[in-house]
Amino acid sequence: MQFRTRAIHVGNEPCPQTGAVVPPIHLATTFVQPGAGEWGEFDYSRSGNPTRKSFETTLASLEGGVGALAFATGMAATHCVIASLKSGDHVVACSDIYGGTYRLLHKIANRAGITVTLVDTADLAKVAAAFTPATKLLWIESPGNPRMSITDIEACANLAHGRGALLGVDSTFATPVLTRPLELGADIVMHSATKYIGGHSDAMGGALVVRDPALLKELYFVQNATGAVMGPLESFLCSRGLKTLELRVREQCRTAQQLAEWLASHPRVAQVLYPGLTGHAGHELARRQMGGQFGAMISFEIRGDLAAGKRFAESTKLFSLAVSLGAVESLIEQPASMSHASYDAADRAKHGIADGLIRISVGLEAFEDLRDDLESAFGAI
Amino acid sequence: MSHAQMTRPTAPGDISSVSPSLPTPEQQFATAAVHAGEARQKPGDAITDPIFCASTYTFADTQSVIDFIEQEQPREEYGRYGNPGERVVERKLAALEGAEEAVLYSSGMAALVGLLMAKLSAGDEVIFFDECYHRSREFCTKHLGRFGVTTRQVKTCDYAAMEAAITPKTRMLISESPTNPHLSVVDLERFAEIGRKRGVDTLIDATLATPYNLRPIAAGVDFVLHSATKYLGGHNDLLAGVVLGSKEKMEPVRNLRGIMGAVNGPQNCYLLGRGLKTFELRMQRHNENGMMVAEFLAGHPRIERVYYPGLPTHPYYEIARKTMRGFGGLVTFLVKDADWRATADVIDAVKIPRIAPSLGGVESLIEQPLVMSYYQQTPEARKQFGIYDNMIRMSCGIESADDLIADLSQALDGAA
Repeated sequence: MQFRTRAIHVGNEPCPQTGAVVPPIHLATTFVQPGAGEWGEFDYSRSGNPTRKSFETTLASLEGGVGALAFATGMAATHCVIASLKSGDHVVACSDIYGGTYRLLHKIANRAGITVTLVDTADLAKVAAAFTPATKLLWIESPGNPRMSITDIEACANLAHGRGALLGVDSTFATPVLTRPLELGADIVMHSATKYIGGHSDAMGGALVVRDPALLKELYFVQNATGAVMGPLESFLCSRGLKTLELRVREQCRTAQQLAEWLASHPRVAQVLYPGLTGHAGHELARRQMGGQFGAMISFEIRGDLAAGKRFAESTKLFSLAVSLGAVESLIEQPASMSHASYDAADRAKHGIADGLIRISVGLEAFEDLRDDLESAFGAI
Repeated sequence: MSHAQMTRPTAPGDISSVSPSLPTPEQQFATAAVHAGEARQKPGDAITDPIFCASTYTFADTQSVIDFIEQEQPREEYGRYGNPGERVVERKLAALEGAEEAVLYSSGMAALVGLLMAKLSAGDEVIFFDECYHRSREFCTKHLGRFGVTTRQVKTCDYAAMEAAITPKTRMLISESPTNPHLSVVDLERFAEIGRKRGVDTLIDATLATPYNLRPIAAGVDFVLHSATKYLGGHNDLLAGVVLGSKEKMEPVRNLRGIMGAVNGPQNCYLLGRGLKTFELRMQRHNENGMMVAEFLAGHPRIERVYYPGLPTHPYYEIARKTMRGFGGLVTFLVKDADWRATADVIDAVKIPRIAPSLGGVESLIEQPLVMSYYQQTPEARKQFGIYDNMIRMSCGIESADDLIADLSQALDGAA
């Protein structure tokens, strides 16, 4: 079956008792067992829940994995991977990275004696040089956040495997519609399901998908032991979101491409960071790795200072000023003061997060309406 | 897009003064589907509307109650009269339909009953085109009759017969468009003109078309009805109905709903609004899939006839092409030289569409009208309603059309 058919049917078998075409939402915290010491498929909802399982099964199919684990948030999913490491281990991670992941690696993982090196993973020589004998995990985002850098997933997988490390890919921006990292050799795919997967700004969630059953078992052990699982209502909403994922992402990419091209020719814009533009350093790689579309996240630098960026971000009428991304409604933010405020100021500058940088998440509104909204905001700078 | 209405800030918690964004000529449909009807700044500054589960709403003091009554203040009172989340969805539906007012119900049938009970009295008459949802027909003929309302049925799209059936007691002309399951398409301007000329209200049940494909209000029809359970909700996971029309004509409808009480639940209203955000995308895919499946079936040697308004062979193709933006996901067809059992074998052989009543969701569904809806009718009655033993109705979801066609192909070839 094709992607869009699997998104609707895999993991969504009609209820065997009632025939309900949409499986019921199981709020139960515990499940009656067949006998003392005999276990049914589900026992306690932290360990497994039918509604969560349904979502995990669909997502695993879409990513081409052997199984998936759903978490309370994207950070809980990333933390599960980090918690599977041990003291003394070393992580190589991309420098174009979500602020929350930066914080987890530098301010939580370090407490457990895990060390971290950030590198520009778009530069494979730098990645190779960052490895040490203790490196157990290479963690990348592609496209990166907020600079939309593109990392070669297949090359990174080869590099990591040659050094005895795992490759984890935060594929939140790409979604399985555009990129399926497991097919390119990655060991772990991570999603903030809050974004495109849920897709409607109304459910928090995270997920891990893997292709090795032994790794699935190990990560499940950590998930069950630490307990940051996705709730049944969120699981239902994320499953519902998956059913329109392909439609939404493809439409959002189309609109984003138009907006990026328009921004690139705008006199008030100094630079547009969007892999769909031929001038973007990762354009050719993105073309291969993202199936001909380039995502719906755009960063751009306006000609102006921090205050001008602030005025611009506050002046839109259709784009809402908010962090997060990937939903039906378009959002706008200033990374330096919002999504990446948890970076140290020096690191922000080092990693190219300029004060005038604006990040937009393109929703499902019509291109013309979004363009007109940005144009009027330029007038307010 | 005009934001004059959307940008007015609302104090957190003050749900009485939410400012709807009204449809404007320059507003794009996709943008309206996401934003129309919603306040720009929502309670708690949240990006999505909250779900108000409250059954009742408090007043600060006695004087507040008196002010509310005397000044007819726009605020909530009790859940049966309205819910903030329900109002958001009603405004969004009105914007998409190009109507002034929408009233939401717990199901499509509740919407039909709510409208007719509000508009009809003993001694009145209604006339409807005879191809229609069998429960709509049952309510009119069996139940309205108990209240002294006479129902007349005329042949679908026979406008002369409809006009001839009008008497001084006629209060409403009713049709579906497209009709279920034959997908006949009504000439809305002609239909509306009969009502206008004779001073009778007109109602179109546009459930199968949706406001994406058809705009009956713009054609002069007074009321539009949808089973929002279908394409509007779109995920086969909620029941809802809606009636739309002018503020003036809808006022008694809203008032009666407050008394009869067939309101929808706050959680359902939220899911309906959520479904509407992807409405345009889903409809585009339903239209594409419906067209491709209809064309495939039309070219298949085991198919006797396909009912689909997008096919040039369809009797109402010309009017459909002129008035509809797309033709929807519902396809009805007859299996050649098949009795009811051989037809059922085709249905039992498909693997992707589920056997179930209803339509318009992301999952494809399939059914045999003879078995699903007309099993207990006499052969004569079935013949009268055009329900043949070899008829199959399929609701194309938003799966890959290639997968749906491959599945139908194996079912037709294997069950031969």
